[in-house]
Amino acid sequence: MLSVQGLTKRFGNKAAVDNATFEVSKPAMIGIIGRSGAGKSTLLRMMNRLADASEGSITFEGNDITDLTGAAKREWQSRCAMIFQQFNLVPRMDVASNVLHGTLNRRSTLATMFNLYPQSDIHQAIDILDRLGIAEQAAKRAEALSGGQQQRVAIARALMQNPQIILADEPIASLDPMNAQIVMEALRRIHEEDGRMVIANLHTLDTARRYCDRVIGMRDGRIVFDGTPEQLTTGVARDIYGAGDDFSEAATSTEIEALDRPKQGIPVPA
Amino acid sequence: MGARFAVSSLIFPTNGDPLMVDMTSGQAHTLQDIRADYMAQTRRKRVYGAILLSLFVVMMVAGFQTADARNAGGFWEGLHRLFDFPGEVLGEALEKLAELPVHFVTYLPSLIETINIAAASTLFGALAAAIVSLLATRGLARWPRLVPVFRRIMDAMRAVPEIVIALVLIFILGGGPVPAMIAIAFHTAGALGKQFSEVNENASLKPLEGLESVGATWSQRMWLGVIPQVAPNWFSYGLLRFEINIRASAILGFVGAGGIGYELKNAMSWGKGQYDEAAAIFVLLFITIVVVDQLSSHVRDRLTHGAAASKKERQS
Repeated sequence: MLSVQGLTKRFGNKAAVDNATFEVSKPAMIGIIGRSGAGKSTLLRMMNRLADASEGSITFEGNDITDLTGAAKREWQSRCAMIFQQFNLVPRMDVASNVLHGTLNRRSTLATMFNLYPQSDIHQAIDILDRLGIAEQAAKRAEALSGGQQQRVAIARALMQNPQIILADEPIASLDPMNAQIVMEALRRIHEEDGRMVIANLHTLDTARRYCDRVIGMRDGRIVFDGTPEQLTTGVARDIYGAGDDFSEAATSTEIEALDRPKQGIPVPA
Repeated sequence: MGARFAVSSLIFPTNGDPLMVDMTSGQAHTLQDIRADYMAQTRRKRVYGAILLSLFVVMMVAGFQTADARNAGGFWEGLHRLFDFPGEVLGEALEKLAELPVHFVTYLPSLIETINIAAASTLFGALAAAIVSLLATRGLARWPRLVPVFRRIMDAMRAVPEIVIALVLIFILGGGPVPAMIAIAFHTAGALGKQFSEVNENASLKPLEGLESVGATWSQRMWLGVIPQVAPNWFSYGLLRFEINIRASAILGFVGAGGIGYELKNAMSWGKGQYDEAAAIFVLLFITIVVVDQLSSHVRDRLTHGAAASKKERQS
């Protein structure tokens, strides 16, 4: 279904993503972990084609999307939604309009400039907002919402695209634990109910273990781990985060040690 | 895999998350209501938009017809001659293309005079603007009650066209670069003062509070707390103003302030045979503006990002 072969991205002489290769045969929920600067964001940005690859290829359902340009590239982007750490909504526009931006690829530029969306689209946008529990906010400006609500608006915009893949770049890094859980559960539900592929960059191990079917670990641009959450042992995690050799803030000792303890669930601060 | 996470714990939480308040208090608001409300709002916006757009079109058409009726020649009758003059200038310049470099050398001194007028007036104008803008920004002003006074002073300085001031000063002081410099500096102080003061409004007050806590005077707080924050934006506005002032000082040459404007007036008005010189002057002015623009973006980039960081590429 999705195949990434030898994908590389160079900035100057430094490789942000170095020869990344993986295959996804059926829609799954995949977590990409690694410390900051490991190349997780760059990898997702290349898949969405926000960034161009230096080498390698991305193939989806037999079509090479690595070098698409113009309308073909935008058509791919409409099928491959992206969610950002800082939500990337238009702050001064109302929530429903932000969600309707998910249809931009299908509509004419002139109509969208004057905010002329079909009534069916508007109803669908509100239905999606309702599914995420924020339909009440439809007429408010996006900037008036809390971080967790804004991220759910961003997810609604992604769903409005009716995408086959949802890429989430650190979707919960700017949120408090409570909202982080709501957002991650929304993504998980979207994967299970709609059968969409979800690929999320995550900065904490426990989130990846808890919500993902498959975990990919990156370190210094390379994929160093690819397996199920169960295979993600303490030793592997240490390796991904480079802990042990040198101290790293990204891998705090509590996180690593939390894996050693018997399953006790993740404490949710109320 | 569904067992690995629990949705239920979040649907009925016990804390006061705003979302949950919405869900429980939202009994009165069904999905149908929300849809209807939002559609009504959308329709209202569309109607307002359509009215505004048609008003705009009507006023544009009506205004144009009024203006055209008062026009001495008539817009449509004269339209086809619009490119006659540039065409003639370009034609003559192309004919005498070989002489252009000579003209460049001839007019370089007067260009330098024009740039000098612009630079001096921008410098003095910006200094005045810096002080007045700090006095006219709410939250920063030395005397908060006098903020409106300083704002009106800036308005007045902007309102008087520099050519009027220049004409008066030339009458009193005689022709030359100094009256032009004073005239442009006066206007610059008003124009830049407003832009500076808008930049000041976005400055964070936290460093100022920090400086106040150590017992700093107002001037110290401004110099050490505000200027470092606003300098890049001030500088880029200042360079934009420099660009505008080059043009302004060229225009003042027409009324006797010297510089390249005087030469341009002669080249353009003495009739046939001089258009190649006019073209050379235009090219010189264009090059000057391009150089200032390039310089401005380069310096601004270094000021905002630092010399080392400007080349560094971002990566996740």
